[in-house]
Amino acid sequence: MAIEIEQQPSAVGLSKVAASETHGEDSPYFAGWKAYDEDPYDEHSNPSGVVQMGLAENQVSFDLLEDYLEKNSEASSWGSKEEVSSFRENALFQDYHGLQSFRKAMASFMEKIRGGRAKFDPERVVLTAGATAANELLTFILADPGDALLVPTPYYPGFDRDLRWRTGVKIVPIHCDSSNDFQITPKALEAAYNAAEAKNIKVRGVLITNPSNPLGATIQRAVLEEILDFVTRKNIHLVSDEIYSGSVFSSSEFISIAEVLAAQNYKKAERVHIVYSLSKDLGLPGFRVGTIYSYNDKVVTTARRMSSFTLISSQTQHLLAAMLSDKKFTENYIKTNRERLRKRYEMIIEGLRSAGIECLKGNAGLFCWMNLSPLLEKATREGELALWNSILHEVKLNISPGSSCHCSEPGWFRVCFANMSEQTLEVALKRIHNFMEQQRELKEMMIT
Amino acid sequence: MGFVDRSRENLLSKMATGNGHGENSPYFDGWKAYENDPFDASENPRGVIQMGLAENQLCFDLIQDWIKKNPKASICTPDGVDAFRDRAIFQDYHGLAEFRNAVAKFMAKVRGNRVRFDPDRIVMSGGATGAHETIAFCLANPGEAFLVPTPYYPGFDRDLRWRTGVQLLPVVCESFNNFKVTRKALEAAYERAQEAKIRVKGLLITNPSNPLGTILDRETLRSIVSFINEKNIHLVCDEIYAATVFSEPGFVSVSEIMEEEITCNRDLIHIVYSLSKDMGFPGFRVGIIYSYNDAVVNCSRKMSSFGLVSSQTQHLIASMLSDDEFVDRFIAESAKRLGKRHEVFTQGLDQVGIGYLKSNAGLFLWMDLHHLLKEKTFEAEMELWRVIINEVKLNVSPGSSFHCSEPGWFRVCFANMDDSTMELALTRIITFALQSKELRIQRKRQCWASNRPRLSFSKRRMDDIMMTQSLLSPHSPIPQSPLVRART
Repeated sequence: MAIEIEQQPSAVGLSKVAASETHGEDSPYFAGWKAYDEDPYDEHSNPSGVVQMGLAENQVSFDLLEDYLEKNSEASSWGSKEEVSSFRENALFQDYHGLQSFRKAMASFMEKIRGGRAKFDPERVVLTAGATAANELLTFILADPGDALLVPTPYYPGFDRDLRWRTGVKIVPIHCDSSNDFQITPKALEAAYNAAEAKNIKVRGVLITNPSNPLGATIQRAVLEEILDFVTRKNIHLVSDEIYSGSVFSSSEFISIAEVLAAQNYKKAERVHIVYSLSKDLGLPGFRVGTIYSYNDKVVTTARRMSSFTLISSQTQHLLAAMLSDKKFTENYIKTNRERLRKRYEMIIEGLRSAGIECLKGNAGLFCWMNLSPLLEKATREGELALWNSILHEVKLNISPGSSCHCSEPGWFRVCFANMSEQTLEVALKRIHNFMEQQRELKEMMIT
Repeated sequence: MGFVDRSRENLLSKMATGNGHGENSPYFDGWKAYENDPFDASENPRGVIQMGLAENQLCFDLIQDWIKKNPKASICTPDGVDAFRDRAIFQDYHGLAEFRNAVAKFMAKVRGNRVRFDPDRIVMSGGATGAHETIAFCLANPGEAFLVPTPYYPGFDRDLRWRTGVQLLPVVCESFNNFKVTRKALEAAYERAQEAKIRVKGLLITNPSNPLGTILDRETLRSIVSFINEKNIHLVCDEIYAATVFSEPGFVSVSEIMEEEITCNRDLIHIVYSLSKDMGFPGFRVGIIYSYNDAVVNCSRKMSSFGLVSSQTQHLIASMLSDDEFVDRFIAESAKRLGKRHEVFTQGLDQVGIGYLKSNAGLFLWMDLHHLLKEKTFEAEMELWRVIINEVKLNVSPGSSFHCSEPGWFRVCFANMDDSTMELALTRIITFALQSKELRIQRKRQCWASNRPRLSFSKRRMDDIMMTQSLLSPHSPIPQSPLVRART
């Protein structure tokens, strides 16, 4: 259906892709952002504004990055103040293989995050402008229009756009629920696959996010093995989005699919692809640094060719090559960042608990998965959205409703805690406390 | 860590297993030859000189000077690091306001401030490569088509078609009228599409043209705008070489046509731009979509999530392009240097009678070597091209890779090297041309004489050669050249 432009009765239409709503911006996930944009909290100038807790950003470790830059400005820019010699070479570099020094640095950084338990070959690192581009690109390569990827729910709302919009590929959900802490089960995998088959939809792969967004929890080794078995039996792909791998509070708790493959001598590897980015672990979403790491040669070659549409600025590659090859810096950063995130997590969990709110036991990420189902008037999506609305407009907190993450159980909310100062987090926790107090009082009044 | 594919081709999409990536084109073969034996003035003086890459390397001194004087423009320097945090988190697909303002201003300056650009219509993309693909996604459905005048940039085959499923149909332009884009050619292309039952959604023009290096005159532009209005199809104008116009007549942008009284549906007009050619920053991936259609602005902006410009780079560009004095000086100096290059190069070609299309823009020349073809076929063009790469040691781009309808044309880039390399390249071309002239004359004589051919030199020929000696470097790259022998 073409877009009709009112003022031009004979206007030529745009494409179906342009006219579709698969860009996903009408989801409540984004509506909350608008409310925040219109009335943003500021400690001094707008203390009663909306606190943004719907944005999974990592702002806890900038000082470490700034410190590095101050001490290493020559290495990270184009030379000393006296002599800017490498600018020209850098400005001209548009080879889609990417700067070798940068790929090496990325591979090494990814190894460090996994405590050296997996090895990454720089020749398999393909660069894209962000994980957004990486996920879309992989989908173009692994599936034809009309085919499907299976994705466990709840999942990151952006996938609806990234995996489906321009690719024409469908998402078929793998339903997970709180009965087992939302873990992916072989039964759920089979059910999703069969649901697709019943509709005559060809399944091309499974896409998992590990650690999970929005759950904030890592996937256990046994589950990873089951998933790998499943995709092997069905002869389909496995994409593991490990964008939050550096945000696991304790290094030993994260098992990457790379480790599972290594343990099996890479027997089933050519169907596995890892997506990574520096947007969450390093807090650099503006720099657009994404990567695809594939164990499949043809995928690497094709992905590299497709990356022409979405290369990383050579200026940024140059900066990060220097930064990420600094062993001392990266080791310290990874360790410190983990610590600070863990502290934040503990702070918010404690704060929520004292307000009478329970969360899913998490061990990673920039958010927690909060259970407000006891507060729902109706255990439905509408009930959840009503609650979300009052939290947004009365409590002035933008949190993300589980339904926008396609959660099958109403009442869950994702709450981000790393994109603000500690003071702001305290303000937010206080508001939640007061809100819960009010809710209890209301209930008591209704009973008596 | 090698992983055997074991013919799992069926495991990947049709898009992945097809040839849509376009890398099997001869356009890239020359690059491979260059990569195997790249010229280097000191390390490999007999290597292949890269003349197949349309890069602008003439003004880096100006830029480097500006960078040195403006440490704040880089968020890695002590002066600029204050801005680091804000830039690092900034991923809003609207882009930094300062960036959009600076780009809008730059685009206006390049057009002599004859038009104004609205910063709110500026949408980012992953280079012009990303811009073209995004525009195609916005304007056309799979199976629908864009008309493109030939010869055109080979990258379009991939950029507009690969992942979008959109088709490209040629508007055939010919040398007899200097490859003008005529109304007749446009109508013919449109007709052919109608007959083939292919829905045409738009026309894509590159102005200044790659590979021709020419600009569209006002009358032709108006005629094009009028054509697309009549057919109610989109017009995408790639103005990536706008600032490379180095001599009269001046550049006329489609944006200027929009300012005139012409009755045109503005919703049909879209401009693609980039800093890769005008500034020489292909590595920074600064692509721009500028549309007069609100729905296209909105849609392409959403799609720009797949190819945003690094905020670090936005910061640098915002700073650089808002420096009015620098920008004015840069634009003028860059055009001057390109003009000079073009002049030296064409004068060299004039001396040996190598033809080329008269041009006043771009980073290349559209050279006419059809008289060197064994026969007027594309096979002969390929054969000549292989000789040029392997024996003359120049990577030039054969016209067939640009979908040129006539064999014998070659695009030769001249702005991606220093002066001495250019002189050397010119020398190799001249030497080759003279050699070829000799061979042609010999071949002609063969037809008449029954004796075995011998290389002999008439007095007039000797004069030509002696004159050319002064142009040859003492270290001629072609030791077997008869000209060297003639000296001793």
